[in-house]
Amino acid sequence: MNALPRAAELGLIGCHVCGLVCRDAHAAAGAAEVVACPRCGVALHRRKPASYSRTWALLIAAFIMYIPANVVPIMRTASLNDIDDNTIISGVVELWKNGSPNLAIIVFTASIVVPMLKFLALGTLLVSSRRGSNWARQQRAGLYRLVELVGYWSMLDVFVVSLLTALVRFSVLSRVEPLPGVIYFGLTVVLTMLASMSFDPRLIWDGKDTDD
Amino acid sequence: MGTTSEALIVCEHCDTVHQRLALSRGEVARCARCGKVLQRHYRLSTNAMLALIVTALIVFVQANMWPIVMLGLSGQHSSSTLWGVIIAMWREDAGIVSVLVAATLFFLPLLKMLQLGWLLWFARQGRRAPGFVPMMVGLHYLNPWTMSEVFVLGALVAIVKAHTYFDVTPEPGIYAYAVLTVLITVFAGIDLRQLWRTPEVAA
Repeated sequence: MNALPRAAELGLIGCHVCGLVCRDAHAAAGAAEVVACPRCGVALHRRKPASYSRTWALLIAAFIMYIPANVVPIMRTASLNDIDDNTIISGVVELWKNGSPNLAIIVFTASIVVPMLKFLALGTLLVSSRRGSNWARQQRAGLYRLVELVGYWSMLDVFVVSLLTALVRFSVLSRVEPLPGVIYFGLTVVLTMLASMSFDPRLIWDGKDTDD
Repeated sequence: MGTTSEALIVCEHCDTVHQRLALSRGEVARCARCGKVLQRHYRLSTNAMLALIVTALIVFVQANMWPIVMLGLSGQHSSSTLWGVIIAMWREDAGIVSVLVAATLFFLPLLKMLQLGWLLWFARQGRRAPGFVPMMVGLHYLNPWTMSEVFVLGALVAIVKAHTYFDVTPEPGIYAYAVLTVLITVFAGIDLRQLWRTPEVAA
């Protein structure tokens, strides 16, 4: 398994958009300008540009949004004599108590576990790749694939609040209104998606090569 | 080998160079270093994919025209379509959420299906469609931002939440969305990069 050549070593680049394998003209010519993929015209990069700093920036921005997303209520249920504000977690608890525990677990996973997983996973990947660590590379590669796969399911709660807002409008009897928490949460999801897109998983394999 | 090679594949996730393989039915090629899927065998012909896209477009129109669920409370009824949701969020001062919902559930999925339909229509004839390159690049970037399947689960959660206080009646829109999710799942396994191999004819 240790005779697996990598594109950068062979002077090749795989286009990140169309997948075409190109000779790295950049390296050959020693030119400073960016070379475009001959098939799709997108600029070729050996690695995603400024992957560490972009991913860190987006991840930190996402985390800053994530705090009000959890503290500030996301939804208000108003009826004749009662106003009830729900945060993400109190919504899960309510669903658990008088709805369905199974669905509560799904919402808990999408709204709490997945964002936390993204913060922890991307943070771990950033730190370990920066160090050039060869610790659990296979598993880290799998972790990145998991983050990419589940990332967008976090939008679940945003859609739930939106749908309830549109549906529950019985004048004074009963109304649902979105509260600012849902905006912060929506932004958190978008920012974490952008963060995982700007991380370059090839960095996991770029460090010291002490192959087993 | 010239400056490019069709015989090689570079793993997107770890940069390992592999030979492109001819896969047979049901086979999947994974990267030997990191385990990422490199190639899948395509069960569907271009015609079948086009049929699937046209079906998805029809279902998408229905899913958006018809109300999704209806709530009842002491004789009053209230139902909403997807656009009702988008407008309601806009009116409730959640403009960002409204735009997010409109983009991920309406505009981007619609754009994706229209572009795919257009590209496949010409691919059937072994040709590249007008606007082939910008559309293929565009599809690559908008792909992660279509979320119809998440919305179906969201509707389910909303129904269960509303069930405690209201009479809930599912409307046709929810079924259309369920069918759409199945179609999207079938389509998700297809790597559109194969279309890049359509020969370039002098335009």
